[in-house]
Amino acid sequence: MARFGMVIDTKKCVGCMDCVVACKTENNVPEGFNRDWIVQEVIGKYPDLHMEIRSERCNHCDNPPCVSCCPTGASHVHDLGGVVLVNHKECISCKACLASCPYDARFIHPDGYADKCTLCIHRVEKGMNPACVDVCPTHCMYFGDLDDPNSEVSKLLKSRKHHTNIPAAGTKPQIFYLM
Amino acid sequence: MNSLSRRKFLKITGAVLGTAAALTGTAGMVVKSAKKIDEAKVKGIQKIPTYCDICFWKCGAIAYLKNGKLWKVEGNPIDPLSKGRLCPRGTGGVGAHYDPDRLKSPLIRKSLRGKEEWVEVTWDEAFDYIAEKMNKIKAQYGPESIALFSHGIGGTFFKHTLKAFGTQNISAPSFAQCRGPRDVGFKLTFGEDVSSPERTDIKNAKCIVLIGSHLGENMHNTQVQEFAEAIENGASVIVVDPRYSVAASKAKYYLPIKPGTDLALLLTWMNIIVKENLYDKEFVSRYGFGFEQFTAEISHYTPEWAYVETGIDPELIVKTAHEIARYRPASLIHPGRHATWYGDDTQRSRAIALLNALMGNWGVKGGFYTPVSMDVPSYPYPPYPESKKGKVDNPDNKYPFAHETITNGIREATITGKPYPIKGWFVYATNLIHALPNEEETIKAIQNLDLMVVIDVIPSEIAGWADVVLPESVYLERYDDINVEWFREPFVSLRQPVVDSPHDQKPNWWMAKKLAERLDLQNYYPWNHIEEYIEYRLNAVGYSFEQLKKDGIIPGEKQPIFTEEGALLEFPTPSGKVEFYSLQLAGAGFDPVPKYTKPQEPPPGYFRLLYGRAPVHSFGRTQSNRVLMDMMDENEIWINSDIAHRYGLKSGDYIKLKNIDGIVSNKIKVKATERIRTDCVYMVHGFGHNSKMLKGAYMKGASDAELITQYVIDPLMGGTGMNVNFVTFEVEV
Ligand code: SF4
Repeated sequence: MARFGMVIDTKKCVGCMDCVVACKTENNVPEGFNRDWIVQEVIGKYPDLHMEIRSERCNHCDNPPCVSCCPTGASHVHDLGGVVLVNHKECISCKACLASCPYDARFIHPDGYADKCTLCIHRVEKGMNPACVDVCPTHCMYFGDLDDPNSEVSKLLKSRKHHTNIPAAGTKPQIFYLM
Repeated sequence: MNSLSRRKFLKITGAVLGTAAALTGTAGMVVKSAKKIDEAKVKGIQKIPTYCDICFWKCGAIAYLKNGKLWKVEGNPIDPLSKGRLCPRGTGGVGAHYDPDRLKSPLIRKSLRGKEEWVEVTWDEAFDYIAEKMNKIKAQYGPESIALFSHGIGGTFFKHTLKAFGTQNISAPSFAQCRGPRDVGFKLTFGEDVSSPERTDIKNAKCIVLIGSHLGENMHNTQVQEFAEAIENGASVIVVDPRYSVAASKAKYYLPIKPGTDLALLLTWMNIIVKENLYDKEFVSRYGFGFEQFTAEISHYTPEWAYVETGIDPELIVKTAHEIARYRPASLIHPGRHATWYGDDTQRSRAIALLNALMGNWGVKGGFYTPVSMDVPSYPYPPYPESKKGKVDNPDNKYPFAHETITNGIREATITGKPYPIKGWFVYATNLIHALPNEEETIKAIQNLDLMVVIDVIPSEIAGWADVVLPESVYLERYDDINVEWFREPFVSLRQPVVDSPHDQKPNWWMAKKLAERLDLQNYYPWNHIEEYIEYRLNAVGYSFEQLKKDGIIPGEKQPIFTEEGALLEFPTPSGKVEFYSLQLAGAGFDPVPKYTKPQEPPPGYFRLLYGRAPVHSFGRTQSNRVLMDMMDENEIWINSDIAHRYGLKSGDYIKLKNIDGIVSNKIKVKATERIRTDCVYMVHGFGHNSKMLKGAYMKGASDAELITQYVIDPLMGGTGMNVNFVTFEVEV
């Protein structure tokens, strides 16, 4: 079974938001909302600073609280690659999932359902990468099967230091950041 | 010019020209205009290649239509500039088509200039009005009394019409408000400038020095792609900036320089490199002119002296000098782009050119490559009328090294009437209110005009001051001239309509042609539709228009872009060499070797105002694009955390800024941050629109341009140094 995830190289990312724009046009994300976003984390005192730039989105967690808290089963783990998705028709927009997500990855779509990153499952099903991966001018994002030891993502995780976001939440994120 | 002369690269053989002959002269086959799209009939996905116009980089793109409606824009994989990946602005290009604030029909002013009260008119009425005024101005003052300000390739046909009318007063802010000093500085040194796209071999550089250049925030696509590639390859990055930029976060060495002192650092670096014999001796002895005078001139710039001026630790100065020299010739001191900072910008750019010369990186991998292009001749028009009066912008050659027309020179002439009056302005796709320093002078000039025409896609501030506003189709709805690029590899690219304009907007070529006809200049437009013009140009060299429409790009044959080992370089300077000492400059009364002068200190309680770019906006032209608005809808004022604390400010607070001339900005959000020095503040350029028609962007953030009332003119080339303004905070808003 495949387990889809992303590896993002923070060393190369310039935080230009092209991933956010590409997601928006690819998926017709409504005005006023974005499914992914950029974080610039700065530590130190001027001029001795360090900054990590991250393109963030739903972590497609292996242990997703948004799925276990969903009263209708609208939030679910997709058969293909373990991608976390929302079935719009079954969603009653109770917002339980919004509250449960430690990453604030979800919002209520104006059409009345919880919405978030789908890892561009419609593209992935056709053998393509998510739109954010393919647009990135710095080539800092990689998509693939984390269960396949020979995939590019697995190799990167083996060879480079990396972290996930808020690991303490116990959600087992599938988006990894190379440091 | 290098021994690898550009001419040699021009002969591109016809590898891809199969169908050209069959198409020649078949005017009947030309589609007369973009066909109206019947949405009901076009089901599914269509892909149409074109090239982007959200900035001037001209990346090849592919527009996707879903059931006949514009869906998304992606990079064209065969385009050498984008390599299939657009920058965020280009990806957000769909928002330009859908922008609800767009100009929709021609407008004529109803009341006072600047009041933004209009009557909608027909195109015929608009052209009649303009032509009548133009003829009056011509009769009374001569055709030279009309000037054109233009930005981007879309200005091609208005330039043509106005030249045919008899004026040479045609100018773009990209010279005197942007890259002019850099180009002049490099020309004075190497005899050639770095052109656009810059001929920098970033991807192969082993050491990259960025002086105030904020690649990654400044999103010129190819450069950012190459910068990321260089980082991946482990290039050593040195960033010199008063602000800890995104690029600084990628740097091995970050030099937190005091604003306005870059020249002190550059001269000191060069002194160290020369004294310690770390430079490329062979290059310098072969190609250097006046090297002894140069070394004598710079010998007193020591790291200890530079520390006092720049605030940078002398040890760090020495260490970085060694680092730069260590990787030569693959050490690239980036020439930057927006270089109009302090008024001594040409000399600073010259110092950058000289430091590169010490690396021996001209024509070398990891340095500056020699751009190549395809040989596509221009359309054979009748010659333009000659003017006895000459251009108005630079009387008596006051700025002897200006090799392009000076915008602020035209503005000055419009105010003073000297050397002769300017009575008409055409403004194409450039918001002069935000582009030129000192808004008051711009408005004063406008009030002297008998005719003011603005051609644009959005109602920018400058449109508000027009007598006639002509609404243009956005790039996704029009043809423009083909792009015959000078780059790493030769290619031609096409901009073609993808969708129809939603209202009565028209492409620039159509407007410029119609206007020419009204002015009895129809002999300058021997073609009926731009397709005939493009086809003519392509056929002249045997390329196929059909193929270009289908692929968007016609690639040429790859050519060498680096100098072969042992080949002799030529430099088109007066000495034929790289001019470490410039007799040209000495002869004109300027420093033959760059000299440092101290910048003015901010008055107590004031901070130097610095400005730059955000990756999601182009100038002041994209703030109402709803896709890009969702990325960034206002700018922030970056204030050092300690300073913010002292003023009781925290991130998210709103303040106003007041400059020394008492100009108060719109309110702007505070970003209290460690990422900037304590003596300056920073904001992204292009926000704070006060054009009422620009609803989405109206009064969001503050305009740096409004606060730039002071400027220092570069005596060499007339550029306006604009980092010379100081602001204080007005906390009650
Ligand atoms: S750099 Fe960006 S905005 Fe400029 S032409 Fe390329 S994609 Fe378009």
